[in-house]
Amino acid sequence: MLTFILRRTLIMIPQLLLLSLIIFMLAKAMPGDAVTTSFMSNPNVTAEQMEKAREKLGLNDPWYVQYGKWVGKAVQGDFGMSYVHKQPVTKLLAGRVSNTLLLSFFILLVSYIIAIPLGIIAGRWTDSWADKMIVTYNYFSFATPTFVFALLMLFGFSFILGWFPIGGSVDIRIEVGTWDYIVSKARHLFLPVMTGAILSTYATIQYLRNDIIDTKLKDFVKTARAKGVPEGKVYTRHILRNSMLPIAAFLGYEITGLIAGSVFIEWIFSYPGLGKLFIESLGGRDFTVVTALVMISGTAAIVGTMLSDIILSIVDPRIRID
Amino acid sequence: MVVLNKKELLAKERLNNPSFIKTIWREIKNDKMALGSLILLMLILLVAYSSPLFVDQTQLNRVNFFNNWKPPSATNWLGTDDGGRDVFGQLLLGTRNSFTIGVSVTLIAGVMGLTYGLISGFYGGLVDNIMMRIVDFLMVLPALMFIIVFVVIVPQYNVFSFILIMSSFAWFGKARLIRSKGLAERELDYINASKTLGTPSWKIMFFEMFPNLSSLVIVNMTLTLAGNIGLETGLTFLGFGLPAGTPSLGTLIAFARNPDIMQNKWWVWLPAALLILVMMLCINYVGQAIKRASDARQRLA
Repeated sequence: MLTFILRRTLIMIPQLLLLSLIIFMLAKAMPGDAVTTSFMSNPNVTAEQMEKAREKLGLNDPWYVQYGKWVGKAVQGDFGMSYVHKQPVTKLLAGRVSNTLLLSFFILLVSYIIAIPLGIIAGRWTDSWADKMIVTYNYFSFATPTFVFALLMLFGFSFILGWFPIGGSVDIRIEVGTWDYIVSKARHLFLPVMTGAILSTYATIQYLRNDIIDTKLKDFVKTARAKGVPEGKVYTRHILRNSMLPIAAFLGYEITGLIAGSVFIEWIFSYPGLGKLFIESLGGRDFTVVTALVMISGTAAIVGTMLSDIILSIVDPRIRID
Repeated sequence: MVVLNKKELLAKERLNNPSFIKTIWREIKNDKMALGSLILLMLILLVAYSSPLFVDQTQLNRVNFFNNWKPPSATNWLGTDDGGRDVFGQLLLGTRNSFTIGVSVTLIAGVMGLTYGLISGFYGGLVDNIMMRIVDFLMVLPALMFIIVFVVIVPQYNVFSFILIMSSFAWFGKARLIRSKGLAERELDYINASKTLGTPSWKIMFFEMFPNLSSLVIVNMTLTLAGNIGLETGLTFLGFGLPAGTPSLGTLIAFARNPDIMQNKWWVWLPAALLILVMMLCINYVGQAIKRASDARQRLA
């Protein structure tokens, strides 16, 4: 057990190194560097002055020296300056990260609230009309592209019916901490959360349904029935206890899509989170922010996958490979 | 006795299923929804690909500001856009472009994944271990973000570089799938026999192993085709997809970013959004039928 966790954690080190190297090379390939972007608005700067500034910032050092410095700073949470927003990238991200976390948290929560009962119903009463409807729903949620669904939701509920605001995360001129603030926030969150949640139920429903169908024919379930355990208890105590554990372990994998997964939703609902910041920064050529966002979301993905692998191996010993 | 039964069954199976294509067709014929999807999809594609016959492309690109934002009428079936261009014509052109690019990405990614997976599965051992650790790493990366970053930094960006960028992030899953089947396949007698006879490895991989995995590849490619079309239109919608001048379904949908257009000029973006939805559902339905056909236990027919 311990060796598995240790090995799985150690694999992370080369992965993180490789990730940072790839992103560093991408950052170097992005047009313009710190000097050109910061002096762009000043036409009086001569080429010599720019060259001097480059020398001072270490931009003429060999790439491995630059890489070392960059990684050293990134580890301490220093990603440089955003040239569009005129403030440190870390500060800029800190202002947006809570919005994205809030959105992802509710998407995850609602998707489980929808998916778990549906998965159980579909698995328990296979081939019933309810099962057929759930399978059809699941098929739709799998096949529908996020941005098309998000646009249709926005069009239908905000524009035609007018039930929800068309964008943003909270109405302006509302004081933080008041009841109105919470209501306004909830109204802004509702559509993006429902869009994300409905489209991410697929894996959970599919997994639960298949697992319950497999498990309900197993010997220990037959034994429980033969003992006279009521049917409801057979499910809650015997079958679900087996099937639900891996679902809890998949949580880590959900972290992997934290920023990337919400790019479309945040963009369409004009929700001020990291995904929207990513697209805006690319449009505004604010590459320090882009680099930081890719690095953070890559790291989150690697760490999330590791967590899920470890939790899964604890929950399900069959996965453990030493 | 058991062995003999199995052989008999296999012989019977072969008699009943002369080829994979025929099995697919029988499966689709027996599933009304899949048959309907296939016919609808064929119809959409037929109209889209034959559009040059009845839509004048230069006429379509001509900007006429006196005619902009016209609602649907007899002359412009789906109205006109900001430059007075016919939306219906652009819809057909966009469908053609989006589908062509989706197919190209699927094919290129298929070849990449197939080659990688076959090599990894055929050699096994250390080679397989190293190659799979690389794929593990690549699969974790936030692909969407990387694709967008590449689109922005690639110099001389055009349709081909876009297809290449998308393909290079689309083959990981395929490589893994083919590798796992390949690993099982390499233990079988026909591979060993071929090795003993001195057949070169690449010949065994592509002419002996591959045919046995072909149904798997076909199933996987149909199912990922829908995803690739969705990704292309999504990227174009965000503004990081097809370069301007090559209309895609995403280009029309991108108009919806403007609240006024979304609400009052719905004819520009809504048909394209619905068309994508219909195409995704159809391709997936056909894909599911093909998947069932490839697995004897799941077959309906």
